Amino acid sequence: MYVAVKGGERAIDNAHAWLAEERRGDPAVPELTIAQIRGQMTLAVNRVMAEGSLYDPDLAALAIKQARGDLIEAIFLIRAYRTTLPRLAGSNPVDTGAMTVDRRISATFKDLPGGQVLGSTFDYTHRLLDFALMAEGSEVPSGASAPATPGPMPHVTSFLNRDGLIETAPPSDTTPPDLTREPLELPADRSLRLQAITRGDEGFILSMAYSTQRGYGRTHAFVGELRIGTVAVEVDIPELGFAVEIGEVELTECETVNQFKGSRTEPPQFTRGYGLVFGQSERKSIAMSLVDRSLRWKELGEDFTGAPAQDEEFVLYHCDNIQATGFLEHIKLPHYVDFQAELELVRRLRAEAQAMQEAAE
Amino acid sequence: MTDQAYNFAYLDEQTKRMIRRAILKGIAVPGYQVPFASREMPMPYGWGTGGVQVTAACLVPEDLLKVIDQGADDTTNAVSIRKFFQRTAGVATTEATAEATVIQTRHRIPEVPLTEGQILVYQVPIPEPLRFLEPRETETRKMHELEEYGLMHVKLYEDIARHGEIATSYAYPVKVEGRYVMDPSPIPKFDNPKLGQSPAIQLFGAGREQRIYALPPYSDVVSLDFDDHPFQASKAPHDCDLCGAKDSYLDEVITDDAGGRMFVCSDTDFCAGRRAEGHVGRLGEPV
Repeated sequence: MYVAVKGGERAIDNAHAWLAEERRGDPAVPELTIAQIRGQMTLAVNRVMAEGSLYDPDLAALAIKQARGDLIEAIFLIRAYRTTLPRLAGSNPVDTGAMTVDRRISATFKDLPGGQVLGSTFDYTHRLLDFALMAEGSEVPSGASAPATPGPMPHVTSFLNRDGLIETAPPSDTTPPDLTREPLELPADRSLRLQAITRGDEGFILSMAYSTQRGYGRTHAFVGELRIGTVAVEVDIPELGFAVEIGEVELTECETVNQFKGSRTEPPQFTRGYGLVFGQSERKSIAMSLVDRSLRWKELGEDFTGAPAQDEEFVLYHCDNIQATGFLEHIKLPHYVDFQAELELVRRLRAEAQAMQEAAE
Repeated sequence: MTDQAYNFAYLDEQTKRMIRRAILKGIAVPGYQVPFASREMPMPYGWGTGGVQVTAACLVPEDLLKVIDQGADDTTNAVSIRKFFQRTAGVATTEATAEATVIQTRHRIPEVPLTEGQILVYQVPIPEPLRFLEPRETETRKMHELEEYGLMHVKLYEDIARHGEIATSYAYPVKVEGRYVMDPSPIPKFDNPKLGQSPAIQLFGAGREQRIYALPPYSDVVSLDFDDHPFQASKAPHDCDLCGAKDSYLDEVITDDAGGRMFVCSDTDFCAGRRAEGHVGRLGEPV
């Protein structure tokens, strides 16, 4: 005799308890600390902050620990926490020209004011597993260092700008729309697109950028400049009448210089793509600037070739991994009712088709 | 126990006000999809974040809340959402449809007719009835603006040409007050007739897609069809094996590996109520 499935509540509680146990792993092995994750899984922490849209390395590390290293799950935890936070003030725009850089490279000029600063990068490492890391406790020799050059560090694009070789990007003081406070409505302006892309899934943005390099809407990008470092965050305090520095954030900024032969409306000149991401996130910021440039086809009078990366609606509606993973995974929730309706339909259609076939014979 | 770290019903008052504005607009323009700034919720998109936000915006401390998924109060996600509001709003909950003041549902309308003063909140995955005919939001919004629903009728006609009937069994599109074509969420088309002339307020929340829409009480709701192929609500041609009901929507349960099946009411409250009244189905036992 069938007994209706009861006990969903107990099953959930038990599942949660088991999950907590699995997260902890073997109790004989020391537990990970937040400081360890924050200090030694920095790039994961950076990604969680960037896509979670919340600059807080400790909370990002906590989220990674709680999510058992599943970064999308960690990003989700951060987003869900972020949405409950009161908005106390809006900062002034950060000045990346005044950034204290740890790394700053240009692929377009061999040398330039401010110099090439290689910084800590995987770029020229050989990807050989370092088995020495399996043995714990080995001391890492500290690298040679020089004091960071405090800003200002001029932007490469400003050199090109002097000759009118690159499009001007006129500064604007209009308050940008806020993706997290207003529903996304299309067409979106560039600042809204950049907001969506900077919190978009790194893998998705990477693939979109890659597709433009392979010919699905060409971007012809040079990395004019990639810089990583810290900038001050300043907030206007109305009672004081001036801005006060409330902290600093690490940012990665990428400016691409894109070949452009001119269009019906614009003269031949270089054009720009822009990427700005929390933390050290080079891949993401370069990808972001390619996708940004690709989405600007309309404003530059280029043709729409039907490439996915040119399609604002396609990119903006599908770049958010929290939305995507939620909708994707929800299909494992019960769908008995709809499936039952489909069963009835298919049975009826089959019976009718069979009857017609028999009648024909 | 209410979780003191969060505001009543989780969302802050500003956010609830924003959602209430969207709900009011939705009620003022029945069937129109109102964009709203959906928030990230502590459950994933696809788990009912739209419905949860609408419920959070509607709840008052005196409310009696019922949550169902697939018609049942004890499915895991219904349990999870009910617990969420018990924890963050401290509201009383019930399984009895007739007692509840707010009912959040996924995929079903309760069998017991709703009454004035009740609010039925639907969880909606894809609010746009035209989405699978036209993937672009910019296009579908224009189609609604211009009341350009020809494409939908062509699709229904093609179904008839190919299958002899309209081959949509759930999320069956309706026209509201003679104006907007609306997706009733993935309820089986068996439930469609309950949408119209309902004394209750019906609210639809789509979190990921950032849309809210509504049916005010006693709205005109017509399932799309043709004069010579009228709409037909359908269900499994059986009675409930537990309570014997002939007119309720049934779930099919596989009981063995030799083709054994039983059919039971998907609405657990309705079925339990009938059994308590002494109705016994083919495989049921007197309570």
